[in-house]
Amino acid sequence: MKNLYKFLSIIIIIIASNSYSFAAEKVEYLKTDWSFKGLFGKFDRASLQRGYQVYTEVCASCHSMKYLSYRNLAEQGGPEFSEAQAKAIAASFEVTDGPNSDGEMFTRPGKLSDKFVMPYENVKAAQAANGGAYPPDMSVLVKARGGGVDYIYSLLQGYEEAPVGVTLDDGVYYNKYMYGNKIRMAAPLSDGLVEYGDGTNATVEQMSKDVTTFLMWSAEPHLESRHQMGFKAIVYLIILTVLVYFSMKKIWSRVESEV
Amino acid sequence: MSDHDYRPKSKVGQWFNDRLPLLTLANHLTDYPTPKNLNYWWTFGGILTFCLITQIVTGLTLAMHYIAHADMAFESVEHIMRDVNYGWLIRYIHANGASMFFLAVYIHIFRSLFYGSYKSPREIIWILGIIIYLLMMAAAFMGYVLPWGQMSFWGATVITNLFSAIPLVGEGIVTWLWGGYSVDNPTLTRFFTLHYLIPFLILGLVVLHIWALHVPGNNNPVGIDIKKPSKDTVPFHPYIVIKDGFALLMFMIVFAFFVFYAPNILGHADNYIEANPMVTPAHIVPEWYLLPFYAILRSVPDKLLGVVAMLSAILILAVLPWLDTSKIRSAVFRPLYKQFYWILVADVLILGYVGAMPAEGLYLLIARVATAYYFLHFLVILPVLGFKEKTLPIPLSITEPVLGGSPNLATARNKESKIE
Repeated sequence: MKNLYKFLSIIIIIIASNSYSFAAEKVEYLKTDWSFKGLFGKFDRASLQRGYQVYTEVCASCHSMKYLSYRNLAEQGGPEFSEAQAKAIAASFEVTDGPNSDGEMFTRPGKLSDKFVMPYENVKAAQAANGGAYPPDMSVLVKARGGGVDYIYSLLQGYEEAPVGVTLDDGVYYNKYMYGNKIRMAAPLSDGLVEYGDGTNATVEQMSKDVTTFLMWSAEPHLESRHQMGFKAIVYLIILTVLVYFSMKKIWSRVESEV
Repeated sequence: MSDHDYRPKSKVGQWFNDRLPLLTLANHLTDYPTPKNLNYWWTFGGILTFCLITQIVTGLTLAMHYIAHADMAFESVEHIMRDVNYGWLIRYIHANGASMFFLAVYIHIFRSLFYGSYKSPREIIWILGIIIYLLMMAAAFMGYVLPWGQMSFWGATVITNLFSAIPLVGEGIVTWLWGGYSVDNPTLTRFFTLHYLIPFLILGLVVLHIWALHVPGNNNPVGIDIKKPSKDTVPFHPYIVIKDGFALLMFMIVFAFFVFYAPNILGHADNYIEANPMVTPAHIVPEWYLLPFYAILRSVPDKLLGVVAMLSAILILAVLPWLDTSKIRSAVFRPLYKQFYWILVADVLILGYVGAMPAEGLYLLIARVATAYYFLHFLVILPVLGFKEKTLPIPLSITEPVLGGSPNLATARNKESKIE
């Protein structure tokens, strides 16, 4: 029995170290305490709302978020804007709809059921506007990068002067956390770039943390209910396992054998 | 066996059972005499059945929401994750369930290797198991393609391209597999069809696997034949049912941990990037459970020979009952084999590790040595060991650990009568 545990844990460690091996091959990422990690991890509501502000005022000019709808902003476990706030946010965007009865496309204010409006019509248009580089869709960006939230958080703060000997082409920037250190995105954040409604000081570090929290939620909108359900499920399983263990001991006591 | 004499008590039961003996089958399954010394390594058969059922049930549910189209597959997966009620739970169970399935099957296979469960008279059970394992790999590979992420697309490209190594007809076969001149929508739709089909083939083979098991009965840690039923055995129900149930619950705790707290740790981040035929990922790696074979494939410099080596590494297992010449089943009584067994376990783990690393420098060298050793184990060490190894004396039965038994019941009985 003990051997079984040992064997299982060894296997799990090997698997886990394997899947991390690529992410860990370069620099150490900046660390911060994420409220959504751990058994009971939850999002910091205020940080999510600030993060949405950073996204919509800064990132959204180039990065789409095509799998999110405005209704998500009011849903439980997210930024939890009030329904009225979410409606107002949606209405502030122009959405192309149609065709109408005359066969014409028309624009109207956004509704809760609309998907986030994209900054560009299509990938080609995005590339054309960004010197050939496509600003990736941000819906699941956190899960699509090896280092996850730590990587995004570090990248936003990782802009530096290129070291001597590194030549950068036009429109290419040096970032010490980027794979290959060369990135086509100019440093997107600077101190005081946005003005937070709740009075929080908008430092680059603070904005990085807020927007990364927001991106984590957008990639895993059901993270909170997953953690809550997981805890209940595992406690339930442990109790059941203990009960079944004692039943097993009782049943096997009828025969001369070890279990 | 006595269960064929079973007669239901009720008139209706008798009437039904005379026409379709399902009640006889149920009686056989509950009374099935099982060696009472089975350890927890034997619980993985039941765990694997649970894994298969879980994959089928969650898979059916996912298929109701998934769209097998190159333009919509990725989006439909996000739809499942966001908008389908508990879609995230179903998908994470299914995705991690594949890993759990392989974790369990590897333990099941290595249990068989340790206790010699593949040896006479259980060769057919073993071969059916290898076919199930092959189908599992095919199902898992095609399932990984369905989300149509970068690793899906490029994994499919790399693996299907292996067929181009076949002389003369290789290129034609690859085009036929793809349904076009690259991995594209026709590839996705046929992979979805096959991914849906294979689990039911596996289910059928599992029935045969268990049927074949119920003819000779279970092997056991001592590895000797036992009389059934006897004081060496217990009825399957309730003894094995509760024990398997306990082990399954422990397994489910590990499973639940992955699903709820680390659902993406076993996957590759690149698969959350939508497939893009114009951008090749920096490292194309398969899922962890295929890594040892991937390492073998890459350790051979020639493409065709690499494919041959990889396939041989799996197919060699099918002839294992005839490669292992030892009459003694359990490694408990084979001091030398026991050591080689653990070296093989380490070898496969090393292959898995280097399979995840870039194929260059030291990693490549290690992969080559480990590949060579893998084949050496099965083709040289096992056949020779059967003749050279001095085995320990084995007991006559489980309950009476009198030494001087034999792996074969007939000889054991003869010796028993001589002793008397």
